[in-house]
Amino acid sequence: MSPVLQTHDLTAFYGDFQALFGIDMHLDEGETLAIIGANGAGKSTLLRAISGLLPHAADAVLLEGRPVGNLPAFELSHQGISMVPEGRKLFASLSVEENLKTGADAFTRPGFWSLERVYELFPILKERQHQPATSLSGGQQQMVAIGRALMSNPKVLLCDEISLGLAPVVIRDIYAALPQIREAGASVVVVEQDIGQAMKVADRVICMMEGRVTLEGTPADLSREAIHNAYFGDAA
Amino acid sequence: MILIDTILQGVMLGGLYALFALGLSLTFGVMRLVNLAHGDLILLGSYIILTLAGSLYLPPLIAALVALPIMFVLGWALQRFLLNHALHDDILPPLIVTFGLSILIQNGLLAIFTADSRRLSLGGIEAQSFAVGPLNIGVLPLMTLLAAVLVVLLLNFVFFKTALGRAFRATSDDATTLTLMGRDTRRVFAIATGIALVVAGVAAFFLATRASINPSIGPARLIFAFEAVIIGGLGSFWGTLIGGIILGVAQTLGGSIDPEFQVLAGHLVFIAILFLRPRGLFPRAFD
Repeated sequence: MSPVLQTHDLTAFYGDFQALFGIDMHLDEGETLAIIGANGAGKSTLLRAISGLLPHAADAVLLEGRPVGNLPAFELSHQGISMVPEGRKLFASLSVEENLKTGADAFTRPGFWSLERVYELFPILKERQHQPATSLSGGQQQMVAIGRALMSNPKVLLCDEISLGLAPVVIRDIYAALPQIREAGASVVVVEQDIGQAMKVADRVICMMEGRVTLEGTPADLSREAIHNAYFGDAA
Repeated sequence: MILIDTILQGVMLGGLYALFALGLSLTFGVMRLVNLAHGDLILLGSYIILTLAGSLYLPPLIAALVALPIMFVLGWALQRFLLNHALHDDILPPLIVTFGLSILIQNGLLAIFTADSRRLSLGGIEAQSFAVGPLNIGVLPLMTLLAAVLVVLLLNFVFFKTALGRAFRATSDDATTLTLMGRDTRRVFAIATGIALVVAGVAAFFLATRASINPSIGPARLIFAFEAVIIGGLGSFWGTLIGGIILGVAQTLGGSIDPEFQVLAGHLVFIAILFLRPRGLFPRAFD
């Protein structure tokens, strides 16, 4: 099976600071990949680079085998990469429904997801549809952010720290949506600080440290010790 | 009764100021662009209408309608090829670029049209009025006010009922995230400036019919536009209309005390409101 998304020797910089050092990773069709790592490991930077927010070489990112690394973010969205950004980044002056609609306003491919389907996935959003998006609770806002990203029927859904700052019970509700998202045809990358959560939802896990991939494997393969070492560096 | 008449004239004058201001309000609301050339662009619109009416012998209203799409293309191109390159996190480059543009337009108009005063003649409508009880209402000032109300209604429709309007509001919240939703924000900006200049074109028509114009009067229109936007509060088109009306009423009331006091009275009211309500009367913008 050919991967839907691949990076090859992907580097990224913030000014002079190099944040990613030659990342090689892939995401198979229908797969859920979790990226774990400590703060500042480069997880979010990797997602920002893949989604086109950070510039890099054209062949550093391949979508279904095509080089897309030089495309701007809005083009990548049209190509099928959709992002749930860190911190949700809802549009504060738009209602819940308007936020969802912005996900499909500029471009959408035919597929499973529509406004009605998103409301079926997260029924609470239908009740709140006319409220300002940022008046919702954190978990509900995260649902809006995920729904908004689904509206364009993406091939690849990138989720950046969707459990950050949420109560465990809320996190469970949000991750409960994942199976249906995969069933509808999206391959998913989740960046997750919570290792336990990542192990539960992912088919495969990669661990990053200081801008490099330090470990890769299926949750069953990875020992606690291996993860600990990959997370914090080898114990002296 | 004279007082009521004076206020009424001020309200209608406010319609003109609102038309000056609405385009400015729009570009600032969408992309935080302070366009210092806005007054000169209105004046440029007036000269385009005058030229269409004068050399193509179009009736004035038709000339204005023909000028509106020209203004849209002009605004679109201006944003696409110039202002988008100046818009970054730093607020200074757009100010410098539009200030330069202002000088460029003034001198360009001076070179082409000379410093002579010109006026768009509507064939007598501009002098007509009708009586409502003891009051006399000028046809043209009333048309100006109605045009301003119509423009506010149309802008609000676009902003709150269409996908483009969602993009306008979303880009002002967070342009980067909007690109993740597949929007090319440079295009959104270009359309916004295009629409702003269409509104400027409407203002241009009434500016040229109300009194005579010459290439130097743009910056003063910009000041009135600024004052209307800020009195009304950033981000609300109705607020901008009210702001224009408050400015217009302040000016006519001031002028009725002493003609030399007219413009100053407007500025004083502006400063007073800025002092009492620094964010304007009806602010919507969050920053």
